[in-house]
Amino acid sequence: MRRLLIITAFGAIATLAGGLWVTRPLTVDADTVSAIEGNAAAGEMVFALGSCASCHTSPDGDKAVLAGGREFTTDFGTFVAPNISPDMLNGIGNWSQVDFFNALRQGTSPDGKHYFPAFPYASYARMTDTDVANLWAYIATLPSSDQPSQSHRLTFPFNMRAGVGVWKALYFRTAFVQPARDTERGRYLAEAIGHCAECHTPRTALGGLQNNRWMAGAPDPSGKGKTPGLSPAQLKWSADDIAYYLETGLTPDFDSAGGGMAAVIEGTSKLPPEDRAAIAAYIKALPATE
Amino acid sequence: MKFLLTLALSATIAATASTAFAGGHDGNPAVTARKAHMQIYQHNLTILGNMVRGNADYDAAAAQAAADNMVILTTLNQSTYWIPGTTNAELGDETRTLPAIFESGSTAREIGGQLAAATVALAAVASDGVEAIGPALGPVGASCTACHRPYRISRN
Repeated sequence: MRRLLIITAFGAIATLAGGLWVTRPLTVDADTVSAIEGNAAAGEMVFALGSCASCHTSPDGDKAVLAGGREFTTDFGTFVAPNISPDMLNGIGNWSQVDFFNALRQGTSPDGKHYFPAFPYASYARMTDTDVANLWAYIATLPSSDQPSQSHRLTFPFNMRAGVGVWKALYFRTAFVQPARDTERGRYLAEAIGHCAECHTPRTALGGLQNNRWMAGAPDPSGKGKTPGLSPAQLKWSADDIAYYLETGLTPDFDSAGGGMAAVIEGTSKLPPEDRAAIAAYIKALPATE
Repeated sequence: MKFLLTLALSATIAATASTAFAGGHDGNPAVTARKAHMQIYQHNLTILGNMVRGNADYDAAAAQAAADNMVILTTLNQSTYWIPGTTNAELGDETRTLPAIFESGSTAREIGGQLAAATVALAAVASDGVEAIGPALGPVGASCTACHRPYRISRN
C-alpha cells in the first residue's frame, strides 16, 4: 500500500513536471532576430494600427506616453496594462530586440514567463519579422515614463502564469483564421496587427476565441456593453462606409465613434487609404455568422 | 351601470395621461436640449458628409450654410443644459451621458473649444469644393469622438 502511494505520488509529480515542460514559454531564434534592422518611420504605421496606445497609455495621462495603468475588467479579474515606454527602469528600455520579439511572437517575457493573453500576442504573432522590428524601432523613439507598472488583480486560478501554458496549448495558433479571399493585405492587417477579432469575437469560458463565430460580436473589454458583430449578416455597411468610418470615425448616418473604437480610429485614420480599403474588403468578405 | 362608469373613468384617465406625452415635455429638459443640439450637428454634418462621400452633388451654397450652422451651434450658450445630476447615473436610459463629464478632471470644455475651432476651419473652406471639405471634416469628427469616448455610453 505504502509503495503504491509513493509510486502514485511520483507519477503525479512527473505528470505535473511533464505538463509544465510541454507548456513552457517558448522563445524565438535569437540569432536570426537580432540581425534584423528595424525602420522607425515604417514602424509608426504598425504602431498606429496595432493600437498599442489604446491599452498602454494612462487613462488620464498624456496620450503619447506609453506609461501603462489602464485597467481591463474581465471574467478572470482585472488586468492592468504595463509601462512599455522606452524608460530604462520602469519601461522596456532595457529590453533587447529579441526580448520584444519573444513578447509579441511567443507571449514570453524577458525572464521567461508566459504573458497573459489579454496582451493580444495570439494575433501579433502573425506579424512579419519586418513589422515587429519596425515597431520596436519606433517605440524606442517615443517619450519615456517612469511610472511603475502595477500588478494585475486576477482571481485564482487564473492568476497562475504557468496555467497560460495550457491556454496556449489550446488556443495559440499562428495560422490565419480566414482564407485570404482576394484580400491578403486586409487579412494581414485585420488578423495580425489590427487584432480586431480580439474584441469582436466571442470567447470560450477559458478565454480562447471562438473561431467558428469569427467577429460575431462580444462583451466589450471595458466591461460595459458589447462590441458589434461585423459579419455581413450583422453589419450592413458597405465597404466604403467601413473605410470612411476607419478614416474619420463617422458612421454612415454621421454619428461619431465612441467607446473602444475611438482609440482604434486614432490609429486607422493615419493609415494609407488602400490599407483601410483592404480592411473593409476583409470585413465584407467574412462568412455570414450570427 | 357600474361597468359603464368604470369604462368612462378609465378612458378619462387614459386621455388625460396621454396629453402629458403630447408635447414631448416628459423627459429631463437638459437632456432633451442636449440631444436636440447634437441632432442639429448631425443634420448639418450629414449634408456635408454626403457631398464628401459622393452620395449627393456638391452645392457650394448648401455646404456653406451647413458649415456656418455648425459654427453657430458651437457658439450657443449651452450652460443650462450641461448640468450635474442629468447623467445616466441619475436618470438611467434616458441619457447616455456619463457622470465623468461633470467631475473634476473633465476635459469636455477643452474639447468643446477644439470643436469650435474645427468648425471655423471647416466653414472657411466649405465653398471650395469637396476636396477642401473632406480633410476639414476630419478634425470635426475627431472632436466629436474625443468627447464621446470618455463621456458617452457606447451603443450595444
